[in-house]
Amino acid sequence: MKNPEEIFNILKEKFGDAIIEFASSQPVDPFITVKPNEIDKICRFLFDNDELLFDSLMNLSGVDDANGKKAAGQNGDNIIEGGTLSVYYHLESTKFKHKLVLKTSAPRENPEVNSVESIWRHADWHEREAYDLFGIIFLNHPDLRRILMPYDWEAGHPLRKDYKNPEFYHGMKVPY
Amino acid sequence: MALKTEQMILNMGPQHPATHGVLRLELELEGEIIQSVQPHIGYLHRCFEKHAEAMTYPQVIPYVDRMDYLASMYNEFGYVIGVEKLLGIQVPERVEYIRVIMGELQRIASHLVAIGTYGMDIGAFTPFLYCFRDREKILSLFEMTCGARLLYNYFWVGGLSHDLHPDFVRSAKEFVKYFRPNIKELNDLLTNNRIFIDRTANVGVLPLETAINYGITGPNLRGSGFKWDLRKDDPYSIYNKFDFDIPTGQGLVGTVGDCWDRYYVRIQEMEQSLRIIEQALDQLPDGDVTSAIPKRVKPPIGQVYSRVENPKGELGYFIISDGSVNPFRIKVRGPSFVHLGVMNEICKGHMVADVIAILGSIDIVLGEVDR
Repeated sequence: MKNPEEIFNILKEKFGDAIIEFASSQPVDPFITVKPNEIDKICRFLFDNDELLFDSLMNLSGVDDANGKKAAGQNGDNIIEGGTLSVYYHLESTKFKHKLVLKTSAPRENPEVNSVESIWRHADWHEREAYDLFGIIFLNHPDLRRILMPYDWEAGHPLRKDYKNPEFYHGMKVPY
Repeated sequence: MALKTEQMILNMGPQHPATHGVLRLELELEGEIIQSVQPHIGYLHRCFEKHAEAMTYPQVIPYVDRMDYLASMYNEFGYVIGVEKLLGIQVPERVEYIRVIMGELQRIASHLVAIGTYGMDIGAFTPFLYCFRDREKILSLFEMTCGARLLYNYFWVGGLSHDLHPDFVRSAKEFVKYFRPNIKELNDLLTNNRIFIDRTANVGVLPLETAINYGITGPNLRGSGFKWDLRKDDPYSIYNKFDFDIPTGQGLVGTVGDCWDRYYVRIQEMEQSLRIIEQALDQLPDGDVTSAIPKRVKPPIGQVYSRVENPKGELGYFIISDGSVNPFRIKVRGPSFVHLGVMNEICKGHMVADVIAILGSIDIVLGEVDR
């Protein structure tokens, strides 16, 4: 069993610049920030390494950091320009019972993150959900389409902080 | 002349009695053999996570009730534990005991629905009525406690909305005594029924490695023969004070990890839940259940992933706080959502009728799949 700080040191040694920082000052879970285009290699290492063996992905969540500049859109709506969208990975080893949180952030205008679907099949639907609700693009995902919203939803990605509900969907009035 | 054959697409649902809600399964068939299953979900999507961002922390609790509406108590359990971790609150011991008692009663109620409807899906109607008769008694206990039968809003951040009814302990003990022989009766009716075994043994085998890779948890993972239960492996609340076993699939009538194993794990778990309830009722301490409820829930900046062993599997809440009274982000990792993802893997090569048997055995609730 290893604590997150030890794992951070192992990763730092192996991947260097791709591992950005270790945040442990906030409650409750410490997390490691990594680069979005290296996340699949890092996860593969965590999955395969005999001392770490992260065989289970507990959860994968998209987050809108809303850290950009607030601006007015074409119709006077509030939109957010710049900033990042993030993905959090909660990993666990069923053998060693240690846990780890990884975070990766991609720019809001071009949110591309490498997919970890080929490592944990569990990530398949969670990545589709993050794509559906945040518009995060997972590169190399085999079947990236909407999952919870209708397939032909055109009004954007609802969990973004600047999302605005459309008035009409296929000519039907949306109730509220 | 050779007969021309082609693959057929069959839509099962969205309005189909055996899909337990509005779910559409797109089956690709070669004759009667399944080539692939593509679940289409989202018919109940109300974006609870977006709603939650506009609520204060305590206001979210009624919403989590409505995800897995067959196990509302346990949904609240995971959420309040998460917020309490963020706040750094220690709740009184009496609260912990009552939470465990309610949680385990809820587990039995949820498993009774799973078992009853599973029997009904594949043609056994009587056990369904027996199960719902017993579930009613549990719901009456809940009604006695907090006035609601399904959606409770009973667990609050730092405590509970009410203390127990003065008559609760006696009634609960009576229920345990009444219910224990009924498990045996259920075994005679359904578990060891020849027709039931023929429909479920060796069907939908889920190998352990696949299960872990797909994030399967709860009775489905244990059905594949892995002793993994968050109540023991990552203890929360006061579960480490109780003595209980973790049943796993043994392949008694077929292969380890088949539908029957998953079903039988649930039957055995009800017995274990009764054991926990008995111990908790005997040890129940006195105290005030509302003393630790904060006046204002305003966690510091931070994030937490709290998870509990829901009747259906690992229920996780990923909560990010930005230091205000509203949660910045809540992501729910629902077991039903995850378990539905494995359908394609375990249905391949089976008959159409087996899809019903497999879907019933993984026990999903669409309210939680779609959230």
